[in-house]
Amino acid sequence: MVLSANDKTNVKGVFAKIGGHAEEYGAETLERMFATYPQTKTYFPHFDLSHGSAQIKSHGKKVAAALVEAVNHIDDIAGALSKLSDLHAQKLRVDPVNFKLLGHCFLVVMAIHHPAALTPEVHASLDKFLCAVGNVLTAKYR
Amino acid sequence: MVHWTAEEKQLITGLWSKVNVEECGAEALARLLIVYPWTQRFFASFGNLSSPTAISGNPMVRAHGRKVLTSFGEAIKNLDNIKATFSKLSELHCEKLHVDPQNFRLLGDILIIVLASHFARDFTPACQFAWQKLVGVVAHALARKYH
Repeated sequence: MVLSANDKTNVKGVFAKIGGHAEEYGAETLERMFATYPQTKTYFPHFDLSHGSAQIKSHGKKVAAALVEAVNHIDDIAGALSKLSDLHAQKLRVDPVNFKLLGHCFLVVMAIHHPAALTPEVHASLDKFLCAVGNVLTAKYR
Repeated sequence: MVHWTAEEKQLITGLWSKVNVEECGAEALARLLIVYPWTQRFFASFGNLSSPTAISGNPMVRAHGRKVLTSFGEAIKNLDNIKATFSKLSELHCEKLHVDPQNFRLLGDILIIVLASHFARDFTPACQFAWQKLVGVVAHALARKYH
């Protein structure tokens, strides 16, 4: 699965629309993921996962920043996220299935805040991009 | 048997009463075919599926999307008996249509995104939880008679 030129344009375009809300959307994505897929909470036993928690906000900011970094280096996501990939492989070891769940919740947040921007084509491109990010983060697992 | 809390039932039926089945059904099926193009394999007889625009405007896609979502509504009317409600449809999807059950999960997730785009903040995390549970139960029921 390869990102076409169109995919890259679509993803950059929709992230430009997100603008300064990326951190907010990161937190919302996490909150939805924890609410919808409770098993994902098992990776955060040390967190306060209640609504509006400072830890979710802070972690959402990190997740959003990583996605933005990937968008800004969309021609070399593996390079841009190499350290994060190492971290997930060696330390965090989040089961690969969970990246799909996070990606799905991010799409839901996008649909809520930018329904007009999430045309079927952009939806497809964004889904591919999120898959690519997940693949990079799990690439060194074994 | 699936256990639904009173709140979950309310979140499901409450949202459903506001859903335009024709519009949402058409949009969900079109998005499935666009976002996961390999799903087009089941719709060779549907005519022009050559581009997202063609797919979204295709009358057969729209009609079939409406049919699928209407059928989904039957699950909502029979939340305590979804297995029985979809027993025959499950046999049909296995024996005649030969649809990999993974496709039910894909469509379920697409439907969630379509609902989110229509209902925005009303589609709360609690609402998403109830609906993800529902689409999962429906997918499971449709796969149950496979052999």
